[in-house]
Amino acid sequence: MSAAVPISWYLVLAAILFSVGIASFLIKRNIITIFMSIELMLNAVNLTFVAFAHMWHQITGQIFVFFVMVVAAAEAAVGLAIIIAIYRTRQTLNVDQVNLLKN
Amino acid sequence: MSHLTDFQTFFLLSILKIVVVLVITLTAVAYTVLLERKVLGRMQNRWGPSRVGPFGLLQPLADGIKLFLKEDLMPLATERPLFIFAPIIALTCALISIAVVPFGAVTHIAGVDMFAISDINIGLLVILGITSIGVYGIALSGWSSNNKFALLGSLRATSQVISYELALGLSLVGVVLRAGSLRLRDIVDSQAAHGALSWNLFGGFQFIAFFIYLMAAYAETNRAPFDLPEAESELVAGYHTEYSSMKFAMFFMAEYANMITVACVATLMFLGGATSPLGNLLPANFGGPILSAIFPVLWFVAKVFAFLLLYIWVRATLPRFRYDQLMAFGWKFLLPVAILNIIATSLVLALRG
Amino acid sequence: MQLALFIIFGLLAVAGAINFLLQRHPINSALSLVVVMMSLAVLYWSLGAEFLAAAQVIVYSGAVMVLFVFVVMLLNAGEEERTHGSKAAYAVGFPGAAAIFCLLSFVFLSNGKSFGVTDLGNHLTHAANNIAEISQVLFRDLLLPFESTSILILVAILGAVVLARKEH
Repeated sequence: MSAAVPISWYLVLAAILFSVGIASFLIKRNIITIFMSIELMLNAVNLTFVAFAHMWHQITGQIFVFFVMVVAAAEAAVGLAIIIAIYRTRQTLNVDQVNLLKN
Repeated sequence: MSHLTDFQTFFLLSILKIVVVLVITLTAVAYTVLLERKVLGRMQNRWGPSRVGPFGLLQPLADGIKLFLKEDLMPLATERPLFIFAPIIALTCALISIAVVPFGAVTHIAGVDMFAISDINIGLLVILGITSIGVYGIALSGWSSNNKFALLGSLRATSQVISYELALGLSLVGVVLRAGSLRLRDIVDSQAAHGALSWNLFGGFQFIAFFIYLMAAYAETNRAPFDLPEAESELVAGYHTEYSSMKFAMFFMAEYANMITVACVATLMFLGGATSPLGNLLPANFGGPILSAIFPVLWFVAKVFAFLLLYIWVRATLPRFRYDQLMAFGWKFLLPVAILNIIATSLVLALRG
Repeated sequence: MQLALFIIFGLLAVAGAINFLLQRHPINSALSLVVVMMSLAVLYWSLGAEFLAAAQVIVYSGAVMVLFVFVVMLLNAGEEERTHGSKAAYAVGFPGAAAIFCLLSFVFLSNGKSFGVTDLGNHLTHAANNIAEISQVLFRDLLLPFESTSILILVAILGAVVLARKEH
C-alpha cells in the first residue's frame, strides 16, 4: 500500500516548477505576474529543501524553508507597495513601459 | 467485519462519518438561519417566521425550495468561470474545517475514532489555514461580478478578514501555550480536569483571549457589528449583489457554516470541547457505555448552540461600526492586547515551570 | 499511499504551473499559483514536514497570494498586451528554461540512487510530531536569526506603508 517514492522524483518536480518559473519570469510582461513567478521559483527551491531535509533526517532544511517563507512574505509586502507606487506614477504595469528613470 | 481489510474498514467508516457530519452540518446551517430569525424576532418584539409548520419549524425547507426554484440570473459582463467558482470556494472552505473538529469523546469502533472525522496533530493550524483560503471566495466573487458595489464590498471584506485573522490567530496562542499541543484533542484534554472550572475561559485565565477571539470571529464571519462588507445602506448587498438563486444560497450557507465552525473552535479552545462542565460530579461511566458516548456530543452541541445564541444576541444589540473604526479597532486595540496576553500567559507558564 | 499522493499532487502542481505560464490575465495566473502552492503543501506533509505544510497554506496561499489578488483587484489590471520586448523574451525564455530543466533533471536522475527513497515511518500515522523539534531549533539554537527576521518583517511593514502612501 505504501509504495516509497524516490527522493529524486521530488527534486525533478522541483526542477520542473523552477524552470516554469524562469520561463514565465522571462516571458511575462506584467510586473505583478513577474513577481509571482519569483514566488513560484522560491516555492520550487523550498520543495528541494524539504526533500533534502527528509533525506538526511535533519530538521535544518525545514528551518531554512521557514526563513525563506518569512523573507518572501516581507518581500511581497514591499514589492507590492512598490508596484502600487509605480502604477500611481506611470499608470501602467507593463515592464516595457517603465524602463525610463524619468518620465 | 472480518472479511474486510483494515484499510477497507477505515475507508467505509470514514465515508460514513463524512456523510453523517455533512448532513448534520447542513441541517444545522438551515436551522441556524431559522434560530436567528426567531430569536431576533423575539428580541425585537415580534414573532419571527411562524406560518410554515408548527412554530415555523419548516421555514428552512420553504426557503430552500424557494432558492432552488428561482431563476439563476447571470449578468453579461461577468468573468464567467470565476463567477461560478467563487461561491463553490466559499462554501467548500466553510465546510471543510468541520473535518478536524472532534465533537465527542474518544470512542473507537473497529479501530476508527468515531467522533472526529480526522484527528490531525496540527488540527488548529488546519482550521486557520482553511479559514484563510476562504477569503478567495469573497474576493473573487466581488471582482468577477464586474459591479462597483460588489467590488467595494469584496475589497472591504478581504481587508477586514485578513486584518482580523492576525488577532484571531494570536488570541489562540495563549490556549496553545497552556495545552502544549496543536492537536485539538489534546487542547480539549487540557481543560478536562475539573469541569467548567478548568476551562480556558475561567480556570485558564484566558478570558481576554476569549474576548479577542469573539471580536475577531465576528469580523471573520462578516457578522454584526462588523458586517461592513454587506452593509445594505451603503453597498446594496456587498460582494454577492449580482448573485441569485443557488449561487446566492451557497454564499448564504457559507456564512452560517462559518458561524458554526467558529462556534466549534470557540467550544474546543475555550469551553472545554466535548467534556462535561460538571467535571467529576457525574461518574465517568454514567448511564452505561452508549449513553456515556452520547453525552459528550450533547455537551458539545449545547456549547456550540450557546455560542450561536451569543452571536444572535450581539447582532440584535450592537449597531454597525464605521469602516475606519473597524480597522483601527483591529490593528490598534485587538492586536496589541492579543500580544500582551501572549506575553503574560507565557510569563506565568514559565514562572510556574 | 505516498506514491498516490505524489502522483496526484505532483501532477496538479505541474498543471497549475503550466497554466500560470499560459494564462494572460494576472488574476488567473495568481489562482493557478495558489493551486501550485496548495499541492506543494500536501507534498511537504507527505515528506513529514506538517508544520511547513500548514505554514505554506497560511503564509503563502492565505496571506501572500491574497495580497497579490488584492493588488490585482485594486489596480484593476487587465490582460497583458504583447510588445516587442516579449518576442525576444520568447526566443530566450523557452530554450533557457528548457536547458536549465534538462541540466537539473539530468543531475538529479543520474544521482537518483544516492538520494534514496522516502521513508515516512510514523509520520503518516501522526505518531511522530516535528513541531516540538522545530521550535527547539528555532527558539534556542537559532534565536538571533529568528529575532532578526522579525525585525526584517517590521521594517518591511513600515516600508510598505511608506511606499504605498499617497503623497500630499
